[in-house]
Amino acid sequence: MRNLWFFIVKYYAFFLFLFLESISFSLIVKNNSYQNASVLNSANNVSGQMFLMVSNFKEYLSLKGTNDSLATENAKLLSDQQKSNLKTPSDSISYNDTTLKKQYIYYPARVINNSTNRRNNYLTLNRGSKHGVRKNMGVICGSGVVGIVNNVSENFCTVISILHKQTRLSGQLDSTKDIGSIVWDGISPQELTMLDVPSHILIKKGEKITTTGFSSIFPEGILIGVVRDFEMKEGDNFYSIRVRMTSRLQNIQYVYIVKNIYAEEQDNLESTLKYD
Amino acid sequence: MIRLLFSNTSRFIFLVIFQVLILNNIQLFNVLNPYLYILFILLLPLDIPAWALLMLGFMLGLSVDLFSDTAGIHAAATVFMAFCRPLVLIIVTPRGGYENEPVPTLNNMGSRWFITYSSILVFMHHLVLFNIEVFRFNEFPITLLRILLSSIFTMVLVILSQYFFSSNRTR
Repeated sequence: MRNLWFFIVKYYAFFLFLFLESISFSLIVKNNSYQNASVLNSANNVSGQMFLMVSNFKEYLSLKGTNDSLATENAKLLSDQQKSNLKTPSDSISYNDTTLKKQYIYYPARVINNSTNRRNNYLTLNRGSKHGVRKNMGVICGSGVVGIVNNVSENFCTVISILHKQTRLSGQLDSTKDIGSIVWDGISPQELTMLDVPSHILIKKGEKITTTGFSSIFPEGILIGVVRDFEMKEGDNFYSIRVRMTSRLQNIQYVYIVKNIYAEEQDNLESTLKYD
Repeated sequence: MIRLLFSNTSRFIFLVIFQVLILNNIQLFNVLNPYLYILFILLLPLDIPAWALLMLGFMLGLSVDLFSDTAGIHAAATVFMAFCRPLVLIIVTPRGGYENEPVPTLNNMGSRWFITYSSILVFMHHLVLFNIEVFRFNEFPITLLRILLSSIFTMVLVILSQYFFSSNRTR
């Protein structure tokens, strides 16, 4: 016992090193497992407030671009409105529509911290549990998908960007509705890869790829990107499609957090399924 | 002693803030991220006890982690680098041994010694950091490219900072 003690004292630096490394790795593992909310993230108040201050300042530098993108989006929404449809005689009968119920609510949020150059990227938004944000809500912007809410504090939330090792989004080809899963290979922040599309499907370059709405996170039909290029390795039965993202995450300023009112119901029901 | 403590504390705070507010936003070719904050470990006094070195490395890494959503990754890499520092100091011992130089700056030790010493440690730190972040061996070539380019970028910043903030005492 005494010898062991002397041994530890003599090489204490090495044991301290092992101890500190094990703390770090337990933090990493905790952060990576999907169930545990981690303690160390930029949703906490100290770093959140600091990023908010910096973002307040940085916002001025890109006012023009932000204005442009918001105006484009407004125009698009206006043209989608009921009012802008041509009224044909059958429409003119007014009736109370009770068949439609709202499923998705959108909260606007501002990006206060952002990265795209690492292998695993995150965003921090200035909305938190106080404003109704919960874990696993989807985040989109005017031109496409952005990510999924990961950690929520009172005033801030962090978002796992679509540019992340763990991203696995289900997407569909717009024309044929064939589904595949979308991953990021970590090289270009403008390019995703779509896998698992079977070989018999005809793919056109420039075709749109949208979300499926199978999961409870994103509504159906949110744009992800367009097909840039596709190939099939010899002996493989599935395409690998290179997708050019439509949202530019490098200079994103404003996003929408999507709340699915029926998410809990769907998740509860689906968790009772047994796949085996 | 007090002066040393004061300069190191202020360097710690300055480097962390500079890293998270400015350097984390640099996105050159999307593979280059400089991590200048490890300059703090490089410039600690030569006779610092091992436990203090390791604890400071851990604190430094953790405070960068706190601001960049990378819980533990920077801490692990910085502790590794702090652990390696005494070994690297032995390897690169100058011919006459270490004289009474309290702080291993470029001015005190000469540019050749300083560049060897810091580039070994910067490379070690980046090697651990990027590999923990990616954690996949099938992406190793692109990771290695990122490690090399980022190490060079960090080294350029380290050397520039030495010329920028050097005192007038020359060897």
